[in-house]
This record gives sequence, structure tokens and C-alpha cells, in this order.
Amino acid sequence: MAGTVYKESSHAFRKFKSDFMMAVTVAATIVTLIPLFLVLGYLVFKGATSLNWAFFTHMPTPVGEKGGGMANAIVGTFEVVGIACLIGVPIGIGAGLFLAEHRLGRFADTVRFCADVMMGVPSIVVGIFAYAVLVHPMGRFSTLAGSVALAIIMIPLVTRTTEEMIILVPHELREAALALGVPQWKTSLSVIVRTALSGIATGVILAIARIAGETAPLLFTAFGNRFWSTSLVQPIATLTVQVYTYAISPFPDWQRQAWAGALVLTVIVLALELGVRWVTRAPAKAAR
Amino acid sequence: MADKLVTRHLNAYFNQTRAVKDINLTFPEGKVTAIIGPSGCGKSTMVRCLNRMHEVVPGAHADGEVLLDGENIYDSAVDPVQVRRRIGMVFQKPTPFPTMSIEDNVAAGLTLNSAGISRAERNRIVEKSLRQAALWDEVKDHLRRPGGSLSGGQQQRLCVARALAVEPEVLLMDEPCSALDPISTARIEELLLELKSNYTIVIVTHNMQQAARTSDYTAFLYQGDLIEFGETNQIFTNPKRRETEDYITGRFG
Repeated sequence: MAGTVYKESSHAFRKFKSDFMMAVTVAATIVTLIPLFLVLGYLVFKGATSLNWAFFTHMPTPVGEKGGGMANAIVGTFEVVGIACLIGVPIGIGAGLFLAEHRLGRFADTVRFCADVMMGVPSIVVGIFAYAVLVHPMGRFSTLAGSVALAIIMIPLVTRTTEEMIILVPHELREAALALGVPQWKTSLSVIVRTALSGIATGVILAIARIAGETAPLLFTAFGNRFWSTSLVQPIATLTVQVYTYAISPFPDWQRQAWAGALVLTVIVLALELGVRWVTRAPAKAAR
Repeated sequence: MADKLVTRHLNAYFNQTRAVKDINLTFPEGKVTAIIGPSGCGKSTMVRCLNRMHEVVPGAHADGEVLLDGENIYDSAVDPVQVRRRIGMVFQKPTPFPTMSIEDNVAAGLTLNSAGISRAERNRIVEKSLRQAALWDEVKDHLRRPGGSLSGGQQQRLCVARALAVEPEVLLMDEPCSALDPISTARIEELLLELKSNYTIVIVTHNMQQAARTSDYTAFLYQGDLIEFGETNQIFTNPKRRETEDYITGRFG
């Protein structure tokens, strides 16, 4: 053979190198996955044994009394996150649409930069902001303040994913719609946003998963509540804050319920992530 | 024979660059006019000025006049959206709306523009447009399938049907066959000959045989200038200008 460039042993050596690097990457993957499975496993082990029907249906019991559940906190989480979505999703999608349609220019650059900075702001800072502008003037902790804090965290996430997804829509589709005599605004909504919808929905669900797990910004906005409340202007219980409060308490029964709360929260977030997979799979199936 | 569309001192710019220079052209009603010229000569840009699609590109603008039935579509009182309903366009790449079914694609121009259209009226227009675009027989049994599930040539005819559904008076076609195989190209060319009894058609092409086969009049553009305009037969057999002859004989371009 003409192959005089490599030595006789080189095949074995290259195979060794390949196998070695493969082993290194597999090891790195395992090391990455170990904490995940430890956390999940421990959570399921501790949480599942503490979980019972009463956890979902009962209110917290007075201090020292056994039993009870987190019904108010479960409902509270859905309420706070739901209102945050009502505020954050329209604003986020609107801003993302603006950025995608007016890509150039100082104002768009500024908005984009601000959104990126906001994504990096620690969530407790957002909580302090909501405290200063809502809780302090109103003179009380409230659902609304908690939702606003979460919405502020959500908006830049939704804005940036919306922008990215809309940019992916081919330019030709916009022109095709405009050439049919469809006005600009209608083209944006009915063609561009509709085409990008599954991507935008993915971004929204991921943002919901993110804010559902936030504790810090709720500590001094929604605050927590031992009693049933769905009022917008009263403090409200949420799973994250309840878990935090119970976990640092000295009572074994509360600590046990904290585990159960953590498990429920994780399952909710997991369900949302699975929802993302389902949403992103749907158009591929429809194209068949 | 009326002049459906007339350009007067039409210039088109991308930022400071002048891509189309002082074009004076007439497009006779009920005829096919071909625009030929080498790549980058401004043919697409010129045609996009005719239904105010040029200004959609960031940094682009046009001046001069384009008269549709004697009315300047660049007049400040004219809404470009209304212009585009009267002057439809088919693009180089087939662009069915991916979220819509075949029939929704055809009806898109109607349903997006006017909410109050009856189901029966909509179906009637969908069928009529698909028949005009010679696509009806191939798709009539699966109108609910996504538009993207069709072949490239069918997608392009779908786009023709979609443009026809809004019942424009002029149809602009910007290299409609450049992404298609010869058979699909032949279908589109047949279509042109059928459509010209009802529509004024402008077709941009860099395929000279296509221009010779399909058009009644031909305009030759080079580097943004209109070099020659005349009956297709004359342009291809007896060009008056040296540049035209060089181009159609394949000496350059």
C-alpha cells in the first residue's frame, strides 16, 4: 500500500485514543447525571412517604398539631403563577414581536440589552423591587405583588424566545402575505406569530416552569399565609415559600410536609417540561 | 389595447445604491410581458416596485410614478395594501403558509382581509382559483392536508391559486419557475397562456427560452437600465440594440 505515512501500530493506537476519549465523555455524563438522580431519588424517597391525600385537600394545622396539608399553598401557587402569566405573557410576546420586526435601530438594541440584563438579575432583587413599588405603598403583602415579581422575571425570558422564534420564520412568508394585500399588523399576527406559535409556546412553558420554582421574590411579596385566601390584595401561600418555612422549622411533621411539598412542586415543573416536549413534537407530526 | 400598467421615471434604491434607473415601460392589458436580463440587473427589484413590495425591504425606497389604469400607485393618498390586492405576486420560492391547509392557503388572502365571508362563497373561490391554477384535480380529495405536503411544483401552483383568489387585475411573477423541474415549469407556462385572457401578467425570468415561449412583449434590463423593449418576436429575432443581441445570443450574462 502507499500508506507509508503512518506506522504499523497506528490503527491500534487510534482505536485506543478513540475508546479513551469515549470513556472520558461517558464518565463526564455519568458525573453530571448522578446529582440529578440523587436529588430526584431522595426527593421521591422522602416526599412520597410523606405524601397523602390530606396533603392536597387539607389546610395547614396549628403549630404543634399533627396532620394537615398544603391545599392553600397548591392553589396559591397556581394563582400567583397564573396571574404572573396574565401580566407577563402578553407583554413578553409583544416585546419579542417588536424586537423581531424592528431588528435594527438604537431602541431595539436597548430593549434587547435590557432584557438580557434582566435575565441575569438575581430573583431576590426583583422581589425587593416589587416590595418597594407595591408592598410598601399598599402597606401589605399581596398576591398581586408576588405575581408582579414573577412576571418581571418571566418577561425577558418570553421576550427573547419569542424574538428568536419569530426570526426563524422565513422572510418569504411575510412577503407572501403582504403581497396578498394583507395589512402589516395582520400579517404579523396571523402568519408570522401563528407560524412561530409552537416555539413561542415552548418559551412560555419554560418560563412558567422557571417562575413556579421561585422562592426568593415571593418571600416579601406574596409572603405566605397559613389560612385560605385567594384575594389579590391579601398575603397568599405558595408551595415554594411553604416548603421553605416548613423545612427550616423545628417540627418533624412540618419537615416531612416540606418534603412532600418539594415533590409536588417538582412534579408540576416536570409536567410542564413534558408539556414542552409535546408542544414541540406536535407540528412535526402534523407535517406527515 | 389599453396600457394597464405604466412606469414613468421609476427609480429604486437600496439605501444609497440606485438599483433601477429611470425606467419608462408600459404593460399592455391582457398580455404577458417578460423582463429579462442577467442576474443582479434589477429585474426583480423593478417588478417589486410595481406593487409596492420593494419598500418592504429595510432601507429600500422608490421614486417616480407607476400608473395603474392611469392612477399613480405611489401617490401619498394611496394605501399600499389596496395596491397589492389589485396587483398580485408570485415569488421565486414556493411559499405556502406552513400552518395552513391547502384550502386555507388558497383562501388566506380572503379570510385575512375580510372576516365576513360565507363558507359557500369561500369554497366556491377556492375551487375556482385551484382550477385556474390547474391544481384542482390533484388536490380536490385532500384539501385539508397541509400546504407544505405538496411537491414543489404543486406548491408553486398553490401560490398562483392563492394570488388569484383575491382576484387581482395584474399578476407579477418573479422567476416563478426557477426552483421547479421542467415538467412543473411546463405546467406553469401553460397556465400563463390560459391566464392572460383575464389578467395582465408580468414575468421575470432569466430563462430566455421561457420568455420567448410565453410572452408577447419583452423588456431587457442591464445594470438597472432599460436597454430595449418591444414585441417578443422582434426582440429575439431582430434586436435593435447591440447589448440585447449579445445577451440573447449568449455572448454574456
